[in-house]
Amino acid sequence: ASLPLTAMAQDGAAEKTADELIAEFTGGAEVAEGDGVTLTAPEIAENGNTVPISVEAEGASEILVLAPGNPTPPVATFKFGELAGAHMASTRIRLAETQDVVAVAKLADGSFVRTSSNVKVTIGGCGG
Amino acid sequence: MADNVKPRVRVPKTASKDEVIQIKTLISHPMESGQRKDKDGNVIPRSIINRFHVTFNGTDVLDVAMDPAISTNPYFEFEAKVPESGEFVFTWYDDDGSVYEDKHSVEVS
Amino acid sequence: GNLPRAFAQQALTQDQLLQFDDFGNLTLIHITDSHAHLKPVFFREPDTNIGVGEAKGRVPHVVGEAFQKMYGIQPGSPDAYAMTWPDFADLARTYGRMGGFDRIATVVKAIRAARPNSLLLDGGDTWHGSYTSLQTRGEDMVRVMNLLGSQAMTAHWEFTFGTERVQELIEMMDQPLLGANIFDVEWDEPAFEPSKIFETNGLRVGVVGQAFPYLPIANPSWMFPEYSFGIREERMQQVVDDLRAEGVDLVVCLSHNGFDVDHKMAGRVKGIDVILSGHTHDAVPEPVLVGETIIIASGSHGKFVSRVDLDVQGGKMMGFRHKLIPIFSDVIEPDAEMAGLIDEIRAPYEADLAEVIGKSEGLLYRRGNFNGSWDDLICDAMLSERDAEIALSPGVRWGASVLPGDITREDIHSVTSMTYGECYRTEMSGEMLKTVMEDVADNIFNEDPYYQQGGDMVRVGGLGYTIDPYAEIGNRISNMMLLKENAPIDPARNYVIAGWASVNEGTEGPQIWDVVEDYIRKQGTVATAPNNSITVTGD
Ligand SMILES: [Mn+2]
Ligand SMILES: [Mn+2]
Repeated sequence: ASLPLTAMAQDGAAEKTADELIAEFTGGAEVAEGDGVTLTAPEIAENGNTVPISVEAEGASEILVLAPGNPTPPVATFKFGELAGAHMASTRIRLAETQDVVAVAKLADGSFVRTSSNVKVTIGGCGG
Repeated sequence: MADNVKPRVRVPKTASKDEVIQIKTLISHPMESGQRKDKDGNVIPRSIINRFHVTFNGTDVLDVAMDPAISTNPYFEFEAKVPESGEFVFTWYDDDGSVYEDKHSVEVS
Repeated sequence: GNLPRAFAQQALTQDQLLQFDDFGNLTLIHITDSHAHLKPVFFREPDTNIGVGEAKGRVPHVVGEAFQKMYGIQPGSPDAYAMTWPDFADLARTYGRMGGFDRIATVVKAIRAARPNSLLLDGGDTWHGSYTSLQTRGEDMVRVMNLLGSQAMTAHWEFTFGTERVQELIEMMDQPLLGANIFDVEWDEPAFEPSKIFETNGLRVGVVGQAFPYLPIANPSWMFPEYSFGIREERMQQVVDDLRAEGVDLVVCLSHNGFDVDHKMAGRVKGIDVILSGHTHDAVPEPVLVGETIIIASGSHGKFVSRVDLDVQGGKMMGFRHKLIPIFSDVIEPDAEMAGLIDEIRAPYEADLAEVIGKSEGLLYRRGNFNGSWDDLICDAMLSERDAEIALSPGVRWGASVLPGDITREDIHSVTSMTYGECYRTEMSGEMLKTVMEDVADNIFNEDPYYQQGGDMVRVGGLGYTIDPYAEIGNRISNMMLLKENAPIDPARNYVIAGWASVNEGTEGPQIWDVVEDYIRKQGTVATAPNNSITVTGD
């Protein structure tokens, strides 16, 4: 065992919730769960300040990524252009605590699909 | 303005026509989230890169709206289709109005 | 355990230990997690090894008499002594120490003589865990493994020497350090060779390395900031597919995942024939079959060598024969060449190593999910020497046992040696203490093996608690008590904590082995009472 990570400070301002952000992204349209979008993230973050994630959705025009467990949930919105190869992108994100990271894709037919991936942010220490 | 902001990009120099190539980008930047406090308890103001935009010969490849949850030294990896010889333009937009740009040519054989 | 020693040893012979009916056309030899124990040791296997989720009641989560029954092992027999805990101290007097690299060398040479087409593979945790490995910064083990002729390794504690030293030692090695799951942090590209193809007896054998996935979490990431690890299942599949595309006849994964992680991975990554499993220190006498993959676990501290004979035909594993060879040091003749090297390595330190620091009334051991008597002693030393209310000691699975009698400096280093052994003293709120305990418990008892880091529960001194391993994170730990006041832990109060092996850079304090040595010297003879302060519930 060891000492804790420094937690992100809470901001007093009213932040939009993950649900509000998703509704904004979809214009209130229905969001299916599962097939059509993948979100790849490590099971346990090696460092909560830089967690590698990868999103992919074939034919998607946009993918929204949220970290609902952060003091402010928005992470990024990827818009794929005409010359995008596979509709995938990887980046590194901050996670304040263990949570389900969420990805919502707008598919080629205009429908929306979401998925999530649990990432554990741990204190660390000990071992075999 | 953030100091020593320096973009680095990995793009193949050559490709075959319509090949899908892998691109990786890094830019040194603190990405101050606006969520942290200094030792006196004052909130450190937000100062981030809020947009990353990639084009090839003027056509869009990727456009990312970035929030403070993107880590220090933002990293992106993605794929682009290369229909002809030309130039990638990578542009990062800072909260403070600064714009950082990097260009890379690809020869299609 | 009442056999006279001479009689028991007559009953055991080297020929019998090495007896094996050759099978097939390829032999794998596996050793792992020696933790740099060059000389034979006593090592008591766990009395508690709780499996959760699908692993409940499954090997290796079967211990003691249940283990003996499962494998048809007679109580009091050599196998019972080697693989289970009952009557350990008595049986230890009968059967003696186990391991020692000079004995391992004899066994390896004998297998190679019978099977020239053998591959010797080292699962890692090889450079760490002893006085000499720390003094020589891993070089002693590189020399020993070079002489033994190990052909590939993977790693865990090796990285706690820091990136620069790891690279220096790799230069000295006659074998590659394989790690398909080791990537550079900056560009996310492979940082180590993922695999190597060996050609032997007309076969092409692909060996993939898998380093410990949670190195930057379980150990100080600031010592190797260039590298990222992780399970990276898709990467493993890709490397296996690449080897298959190269037309190899057999794929072997040399893994430091830990057994439950390997079990899950075997069911999800297609095309691995054999997983040689390390990290969780399990001695499993028979291969565990998952689909068409066999998992071999070869114990720790040099106690065992696994021999696996395989019949490989037309790119397929058609059959196997296996033996977990126990290294009884009184029975197996030391190899003179290796014994010479070990003597040379130890010579400058021999006087320091042999110095008697004090005596123990009881058996000192560590292995098990919760505090062992060695852990209690280390916690007592921290409480006393660092004037703390609560002591925290890492739940590592390494460290040899000590029979009642003398405790030497070498014994102390066997259970404490590391590159970040500073014994810190700090204050922590009751609330934070609970968070730490819950966090560590989840890293061991999470139902999904991919969230498990191996190791055992953090050892505590001055603190009592109740744990339900089967509960969810946040609900496992209850009834935390400050023992000296017999009072519940107050979330709002601060407590003085002593601990060691912090993963944080800049941790200050005396080295833990000095703290323990000072304490034992003052005590003269240490008596550890049974630890009744931890209650395990749930089912
Ligand atoms: Mn180990
Ligand atoms: Mn290990």
